[in-house]
Amino acid sequence: MPTDLSATHPNQPVPPIAPLPAPPRPVRGRSLWADAWRRLLRNRAAVAGATILVLMALACVAGPMLIPYALDDIFWDAIQAPPSLEAGHPFGTDANGRDLLVRTLHGGRVSLMVGLVATLVSLVIGVSYGAIAGYAGGRVDSVMMRVVDILYSLPFMFFVILLMVFFGRNILLIFVAIGAVEWLDMARIVRGQTLSIKRKEFIEAARAGGVHGFAIVRRHVIPNALGPVVVYMTLTVPKVILLESFLSFLGLGVQEPMTSWGVLISEGAANMEAAWWMLVFPAGFLAVALFSLNFIGDGVRDALDPRDR
Amino acid sequence: MLSYAVRRLLGAIPTLLVILTIAFFMIRLAPGGPFDDERTLPAEIEANMKAAYNLDQPLPVQYLRYLGGVLRGDFGPSFKYRDFTVNQLIWGGFPVSLRIGGIAIALAAVVGTTLGALAALRQNSGLDHGVMALAMTGITIPNFVVAPLLTLVLGVHLGLLPVGGYGDGSWRNLLLPVVALALPQIAYIARLTRASMIETLRSNFVRTARAKGLPEGTMLRRHALKGALLPVVSYLGPATAGIITGSVVIEQIFGIPGIGRYFVQGALNRDYTLVMGVVVFYGALIILFNLLVDLLYGALDPRVRYD
Repeated sequence: MPTDLSATHPNQPVPPIAPLPAPPRPVRGRSLWADAWRRLLRNRAAVAGATILVLMALACVAGPMLIPYALDDIFWDAIQAPPSLEAGHPFGTDANGRDLLVRTLHGGRVSLMVGLVATLVSLVIGVSYGAIAGYAGGRVDSVMMRVVDILYSLPFMFFVILLMVFFGRNILLIFVAIGAVEWLDMARIVRGQTLSIKRKEFIEAARAGGVHGFAIVRRHVIPNALGPVVVYMTLTVPKVILLESFLSFLGLGVQEPMTSWGVLISEGAANMEAAWWMLVFPAGFLAVALFSLNFIGDGVRDALDPRDR
Repeated sequence: MLSYAVRRLLGAIPTLLVILTIAFFMIRLAPGGPFDDERTLPAEIEANMKAAYNLDQPLPVQYLRYLGGVLRGDFGPSFKYRDFTVNQLIWGGFPVSLRIGGIAIALAAVVGTTLGALAALRQNSGLDHGVMALAMTGITIPNFVVAPLLTLVLGVHLGLLPVGGYGDGSWRNLLLPVVALALPQIAYIARLTRASMIETLRSNFVRTARAKGLPEGTMLRRHALKGALLPVVSYLGPATAGIITGSVVIEQIFGIPGIGRYFVQGALNRDYTLVMGVVVFYGALIILFNLLVDLLYGALDPRVRYD
């Protein structure tokens, strides 16, 4: 450039070169997760869903502590009383004279907890199964996946119902039963991911460094397969809650005096002609929670997988 | 295609065997028995009853006996409905279940694809948003909540429809159970159709059809719809399974004399043979329907090859 300048303006001194602009702040790389998080925060439906869900969870956890009745306190003078603030039962009472607000919040604790724990169970089984099958490959893989195929074609609801009927209604079994149903998809997803990840150089490097097979799966394969897993997990939570209320509705869920939204809806459906509030409030809570969870799930999917928007 | 169908049918046998085996041992290894009652029977009578139903033999023998019966198409006698065999109970309830489930699937397919296609054609319009909101609602709110709410509004408050029961099977009795069963599937199918229709409308063969001057309606009917409905066809398998599972609850809510209600009642009563019969029957039905769907898919999509 300076030669050019001197050529066009031979008599003029070369103007001083303007000082370089201050070097820009080094570009901060955004990780996949930070990127996804920003996209998620821009999704209004997901944010609204998350807000409502957090509020609801707080109410379910803290509410029963603030309300002066227990979930099995019976009000003999207010049996199946309609909702009334003056009487101190904003949601009314049930057919046994128990405060419905407390019971709905307690039911929420159970339903939300089942949703979380059973999803975690399915996550642990599915991710380890899928990662091992994918990483081992060959005959182990085809046998393990063949088992998944067969399990897929079973009418699972029937087995879950049988399990609940014959081995008693306890909450631990609900977690196991639901977790055992929901892990199949997770295993398939993780296996697919693992198949592509295990060809990458960093796996080869780890193997060359003498890392043991299971350690590779745990430290290198699974963390890199987590994106689709998180998406699928958020969509599993509402499915699990639905499944639990389905079982409870059939009378196979948690046992009295414990309750869940499914139990309350079932009682409400039986009494709805005389006491609409027994159906409407629990059903409303369940519907709002499921809506929120589905909006969050869709939001997470769009955020982590921006292709199919 | 015929050899493919035969191979799939043969492949279904081990699956059915797994279903039967798991169900059998799960039921038998559980505590409780069909003759547990509030009134305890004298030991001799109980022993006699067990002997009459072959319950006194070792479990593997019972299993083989049962398996032999099923192979001959005999599900054995019911323990609780004393004078009936399980075959009689199942064939007695099946027409009712089939009627309700069949109408529900047809309704779900027709309404779901129509809504989904309309939404896709008017993408981002008010209609589209309305359909998608409806679909979200249908997916989110389970049918055992929808059913009582519909009954409460239409049956109890407005008095338009009967609250429950099958009666003589008139449409007034069928309407609520069918709608409750079909609603979640309508929602899924509408979503699926919309997504695949939007994709199809952007594809090359649709552009070609438009470019050669085909009227929009003909293009839709002859080209776009066919391509867009393929995912829906393959969803019909899971949809059937969903409707069968749903019928367990819906038949209970509305007091419908189908097979679904036998399942939970039978399980609670430890009516071993009845529960087994329902599981095996519905398992076979789901497998068969999945096969039909796969064959239909192959007939519609010339890219599919059976080999």
